[in-house]
Amino acid sequence: MAALDFTSPFWNWFIIACTLGGIFGMFVLNIWLAGDTGAKIDEEGNADDTGHVWDDTLKESNNPLPGWWLNMFYITLVFGLIYLTLYPGLGTFAGVLNWASACNNTVLSEDGKNVSLSCENDNSQYRTEVDAADTKYGPLFEQYQSKPIAELVNNKDAVNMGERLYLNYCTVCHGSDARGNRGYPNLRDNDWLYGGTPEKIEESILKGRKANGMMAWKDHLGGDEGVAQVANYVLSLSGREHDAAAAEAGKAKYAVCMACHGMEGKGNQMLGAPNLSDDIWLYGSDMDSIQHTIANGRAGVMPAHENFLGEAKVHLVATYIYSLSNGEKPAE
Amino acid sequence: MAEEATTYNYKVVRQFAIMAIIWGIVGMAVGVFIAAQLAWPMLNFDTAWLTFGRLRPLHTNAVIFAFGGSALFATSYYVVQRTCHTRLFAEKLAAFTFWGWQLVIVLAAITLPLGITSSKEYAELEWPIDLLIAVVWVSYAVVFFGTIVQRKTKHIYVANWFYGAFIITIALLHIFNNLAIPVSLTKSYSVYAGAQDAMIQWWYGHNAVGFFLTAGFLGMMYYFIPKQADRPVYSYRLSIVHFWALIFTYIWAGPHHLHYTALPDWTQSLGMVMSLILLAPSWGGMINGIMTLSGAWEKLRNDPVIRFMIVSLSFYGMSTFEGPMMAIKSVNALSHYTDWTIGHVHSGALGWVAMISMGSLYYMIPRLFNRELYSLKLVELHFWTATIGVVLYISAMWVSGIMQGLMWRAVNADGTLTYSFIESVEAMHPFYVTRFLGGALFLVGMIIMAINIFMTISGAKAVDDAKIPEAAHAH
Repeated sequence: MAALDFTSPFWNWFIIACTLGGIFGMFVLNIWLAGDTGAKIDEEGNADDTGHVWDDTLKESNNPLPGWWLNMFYITLVFGLIYLTLYPGLGTFAGVLNWASACNNTVLSEDGKNVSLSCENDNSQYRTEVDAADTKYGPLFEQYQSKPIAELVNNKDAVNMGERLYLNYCTVCHGSDARGNRGYPNLRDNDWLYGGTPEKIEESILKGRKANGMMAWKDHLGGDEGVAQVANYVLSLSGREHDAAAAEAGKAKYAVCMACHGMEGKGNQMLGAPNLSDDIWLYGSDMDSIQHTIANGRAGVMPAHENFLGEAKVHLVATYIYSLSNGEKPAE
Repeated sequence: MAEEATTYNYKVVRQFAIMAIIWGIVGMAVGVFIAAQLAWPMLNFDTAWLTFGRLRPLHTNAVIFAFGGSALFATSYYVVQRTCHTRLFAEKLAAFTFWGWQLVIVLAAITLPLGITSSKEYAELEWPIDLLIAVVWVSYAVVFFGTIVQRKTKHIYVANWFYGAFIITIALLHIFNNLAIPVSLTKSYSVYAGAQDAMIQWWYGHNAVGFFLTAGFLGMMYYFIPKQADRPVYSYRLSIVHFWALIFTYIWAGPHHLHYTALPDWTQSLGMVMSLILLAPSWGGMINGIMTLSGAWEKLRNDPVIRFMIVSLSFYGMSTFEGPMMAIKSVNALSHYTDWTIGHVHSGALGWVAMISMGSLYYMIPRLFNRELYSLKLVELHFWTATIGVVLYISAMWVSGIMQGLMWRAVNADGTLTYSFIESVEAMHPFYVTRFLGGALFLVGMIIMAINIFMTISGAKAVDDAKIPEAAHAH
């Protein structure tokens, strides 16, 4: 029922009256003007004019409405009436086919203050099509669900299927080559924030990840200077060029970072804390980017796909991602 | 009361007519540039105000409101005087509409590249400019309807029905769609929320097409075709039926822009049904215009100006057939969000709106300066450049659009999508190059027109003494 689309029953009837009134009005207009208005047609087939003249030469003939055009007009009007009988259109009238694009069964709470959707007996087009697709394609995905990823990674069909799913759902962030983007991890380098075992990869996709541990440290570290010192120390961890004096000062302040990133900056996959001693940088490796990360924090989010894709599909996506850095690379 | 005027006011008509040509070149040049950006993205030059996102609204606003708007102001002021046998009402106000409208255009050209936008398509201008538009538009209505009221003819000529409907409806659409709460001089938020905001936007958006780009230009057609052909309008009765049916039905068609969205099903159905019913009323105008040539078909061969007008009606007929088809939900499922829509819009905008304006300006401007057109050969050349340009443009977009639609819905045996989005973008490239060439040809035609008109009027004395006929015809 679309009743709650209207703030009062008046608008329901308003829509119905305007629609039907308009369509019937056009019928009447056509019938009236298609009738004989007494215009004379001369021997060359030209109708006489209305007798009005404007701007010296402008006149109007009084030719009848072309028959084919009139019939086309009637056909569209009749089609409109039939369509509005079958499908929703006339206010709250659902149409005799009882069709809906998606569940729209709105229910008003008893106190009349809240509206909710009730979709228990949903037979909308969306539901029907999704159910049909699940019935048809579901078994194709499910056949691999019980097999471990370490084994599936050698199954070309499964990996290809996973790749197709990846290309549909993951490329917006991780790129069609799976090499990631600034803020979105590279999935081909065998470097893992939350672990690279099949189980951990699958968990990341199913449940999602939320990196909320990297807070903004600027105030805590004593402003820009402290941030710069820690940044220099971080650079020193991967043996990159840095200011030794600043790094030395930064080392003392690094104590607060150790809880997550570890004594030597090797990171911690339990917490999703990146390894700072390698050459992989999620948010940029230049001095400015590192200082920005330390000063303002970062909060990357990987959405959970469990409800959206279902376990069987996620299993295949995880297989594909695992295959990128493990097992035989499937032929192109 | 002062002595009755004996001549028509051509000054404001001249001003608008010349600006129509200038804005036409500017708007189309921006269009060609952004078409090139789509084919060769490095043309964005990594400069914010040169990017496609900023220049695209500049293009649409310039061609619709600056070029199309100036052509409508010019011709409506000309037609309403000459068919009412009276001088323009409130001439100072008419002069204000000219300068006010030019100010709107200049403000648009400054604010849009700066990224100042309300983000509503075809209504991007921010609230202070919207207020200025509203004032100019109401002044336009006063001048136009004031002139109708003081007419010396008994009947109101059919062209004025269409101009009148266009003026009234655009006022309503503009005001209601742009209702917003300002938070600063350059930023406001729509008063509508969610699906309702989308509905109001496309009620406006589709009727900008229906009333600005259709009813207004039908008014143009109803004066300039009978005049240039020197034939009576084909059928008075047809004008009555298609006028009332057109203005009634168009108002309902907006929801077809929102098929398969959060808009309620009943609203989508009504939009689709009314869009289909719109086919016959639209074709009524095409028939009335083309059949006006009945008995004088040889003019199509001899007169390039009438050819502009008649070919514009053919494009009008074609796009008003295509439109209702695309409004059918199952067709829309394929065509929506693809280049097909862009092709459809341009077969209307270039083929119909621009070409009927060009024909009308070729008729009118020489009469405003008491000169013959400098060169009919150049009109002929313009005609062919424009026609080939439009055909290239729209066929490229058809192929590209249908290809996109098919690629997006293609699925593998396991139900996954066959193509990633970027593959469809890659496949569009050759068609984007073709579209750029078509647009460039159309722009070249417009420049040829400007040269021809410049040569026509240079050194000419503007006509300010066109006599209003005595009461002889005023029956």
